[in-house]
Amino acid sequence: MLCEIVDHHGGEATSLLQVLIDVQMRFRCVPAGVMTFLAEILHLPRTQIQAVVEFYSFLSVTSTGRFDVRFSDSVTDQLLGSRDLATRLCQRLGVKLGETRADDAVSVHLTSCTGLSDQGPAALVNGQVLTRLDGDRIVQMADFIDQEIDLDAWPKAWFRVEDQVQLEGLLLAEELPLGACLERAGTLDAVGIISEIDRSGLRGRGGAGFKTAVKWRFCYEGAEGTLPGDPSITRYVVCNADEGEPGTFKDRVLLSRNAHDVFEGMTVCARAIGALRGFLYLRGEYRYLLDTLLKVLEARRSRGLLGRNILGVEGFDFNIEIHLGAGAYICGEESALIESLEGKPGHPRNRPPYPVTHGYLGQPTVVNNVETFVAAARIMAFGADWFLSEGTAQSTGTKMLSVSGDCERPGIYEVPFGTPVSVVMHRCGADDPMGVQVGGPSGTFIGKAEFERILGFEDLSTGGSMMVFSQARDVVAIARGFTHFFAHESCGFCTPCRVGTSLLRQLIDKIAEGHGTPHDLVEMTQLAAIVKNASHCGLGQTAANPLMQTLERFPERYQERLKTTLFEPGFDLDGALEVSRQMTGRADANAHLTQVG
Amino acid sequence: MLTIDGVALSFEAGQTLMEAATAAGVYLPHLCHHPEFKPHGSCKLCTVKVNGRFASACTLPAAEGQEVLSETLELRQLRVRITQMLFVEGNHFCPSCEQSGDCKLQATAYALGMLDSHFPHFFPARRVDASHPDILLDLDRCILCELCVRASRDMDGKSVFGIAGRGMESHLVVDAESGALVDTVIEVSDRAVKICPVGAILIKRTAYEKPIGQRLYDHHPIQAVLLQADQGGGSCDQ
Repeated sequence: MLCEIVDHHGGEATSLLQVLIDVQMRFRCVPAGVMTFLAEILHLPRTQIQAVVEFYSFLSVTSTGRFDVRFSDSVTDQLLGSRDLATRLCQRLGVKLGETRADDAVSVHLTSCTGLSDQGPAALVNGQVLTRLDGDRIVQMADFIDQEIDLDAWPKAWFRVEDQVQLEGLLLAEELPLGACLERAGTLDAVGIISEIDRSGLRGRGGAGFKTAVKWRFCYEGAEGTLPGDPSITRYVVCNADEGEPGTFKDRVLLSRNAHDVFEGMTVCARAIGALRGFLYLRGEYRYLLDTLLKVLEARRSRGLLGRNILGVEGFDFNIEIHLGAGAYICGEESALIESLEGKPGHPRNRPPYPVTHGYLGQPTVVNNVETFVAAARIMAFGADWFLSEGTAQSTGTKMLSVSGDCERPGIYEVPFGTPVSVVMHRCGADDPMGVQVGGPSGTFIGKAEFERILGFEDLSTGGSMMVFSQARDVVAIARGFTHFFAHESCGFCTPCRVGTSLLRQLIDKIAEGHGTPHDLVEMTQLAAIVKNASHCGLGQTAANPLMQTLERFPERYQERLKTTLFEPGFDLDGALEVSRQMTGRADANAHLTQVG
Repeated sequence: MLTIDGVALSFEAGQTLMEAATAAGVYLPHLCHHPEFKPHGSCKLCTVKVNGRFASACTLPAAEGQEVLSETLELRQLRVRITQMLFVEGNHFCPSCEQSGDCKLQATAYALGMLDSHFPHFFPARRVDASHPDILLDLDRCILCELCVRASRDMDGKSVFGIAGRGMESHLVVDAESGALVDTVIEVSDRAVKICPVGAILIKRTAYEKPIGQRLYDHHPIQAVLLQADQGGGSCDQ
């Protein structure tokens, strides 16, 4: 059976993560013996296999339940009561959160945002998506699980995922005729395609905003000392569909309703840079889309839109494979994503060199966001001027926003760049919110006074996440949730992020639980600067943003929680004695300490 | 030419900032960097400011006209904090550690003027693996620099060590289904055994051959030792 799985994925060392995902599905864990066996047949050090298994949240050494339930723990899911639902499910089933029940029937976990913030509370059960959970469903779910009723027999409505497109703009309103952009691309050479993309001003939609044409050109030119477009150099196109930023779900919607456009954009890029092979890196949370996406790829092959001599153009060859992620936010960072594609833990690489010259397997590689490829395909088909008709000088075109949280109409809003936040708030039916988290936890928290700021690379740069918070929400609790998220998702490679994010978590816990002092705020600010300045990649560099930005805008919300004393111990004295109490079997008053202050 | 703290120095094409600094006799603190290995860039002790931006000197290529700041109050403070982070995430009890006096973490802390651990200790529950007849693995002291991982893979050709887990759960693992060092192909003569900058990998029955007080960093500051070693003047490994 193992050999079948290995063969199915091609038997290469780079397929390790894909193999392990299937092993996990089959055995509900990756047994130690399997790791040893895989090390032998894939010719990999066993240590690498163990490293991968223990890195990704969806792989495990110990067995998960026959029903493995993972509640989305995004702040927006929490606002909708997800934590309470998880607790209730655990109680009904008699299982502890984070553990597997003794009879192996069920395990319940919390997991980072599953990309369904507009229809939460959401959860995954054996990789399938559950939306709009409520108390009644939890009761029924518990019964189904106890009776071991197959997922196929669960109500279909529970698994329904809606697109919820609330506002269509340039990208979404117009249908892209199949192959239209490839027909044009087929008539152009690399320089022609890149200059059209260049003229459109398209910048990366993942949030960083690097100019797409420049990325493609660097990749086409290759590493120093090589000839531009040298056909003997292998190049790769990678679509980053690891949409992990909490509160973002627009890539899920694009992959559901515009999959052809995504693949078309990748194919245009392949034509421009001279790539024969591409990958779509699909986050594990979106596994439910895999079969549909594979069918779309198959359809494109049979129509001559993928494969050899695309649309009859001699030498226009390109193929796309789909790789799955397995629960690791860091893999959205492009060099970590490439490591993951190579079957390794997702540790961001040192740069320079950059992926455009030294990417997948050390070869020139373009990594672009799903939305970027959709835009590129349309620019190719409709022309740069069409794209330039919307947006601002520095941020051309439109941006797809994923709106969730305290508003009447959550969902997808495609707006021209340059749109003020207030317009989006009005559209989505958010009356008088306290603030909005723009671009997810790694982005910017803005308060009401800043709602006239505009969405665009010149002001509020965003990958599209917009989480709305009403006046009733506790801003400290929100920032605390995001801080926990970063500590959980830190890859652990560099010291300041690995240790610093956990120290920040301790500090905000202390403050939120009412043990903080004025000194702790000073300490938090200093620590935040270290984590930001010294961290290896964007995760650590932005991990303290939620704390610092909310502290700056709502200092009173922090101060009202502080003790008036200057110093409080960073740990719970009485709690520290718990082990001793257990060991001595004591529970009397003398076995407890009261903390003064 | 580039400058470090205003002092001009020349460099060769292909050198990193760390290599250029070392060649010019400028010490930049480091623990994961080792001149015999490809730059790693994980400990972040060598963080400097280059033309106003933070960067790791061990991985950044030296380039014409770079204005590098190293011994500023901000960077000194940052390095002390990072060193303190390394202390509190593990279990480092210097007075009872076999490696005291030969430990690069301890010596770096002295060099940076670190006087306390500043942060609350995590006191993690970590393993001690005494299964091997000649080699002791005390993970309490591991700082995840990956030098043993790299030495075993790149020099010994064995890949005995690896780092598994994520974030604060990251930990050193060995190449054996049992998880025990004795079941790996490691040998006491391996480079990986001698490269540990702290006391996580020790050769049994040798710990006190040299008494505390007569050890390397008891008499020589790490700045001088590493500069000499990194310039090619011999190894300062165990």
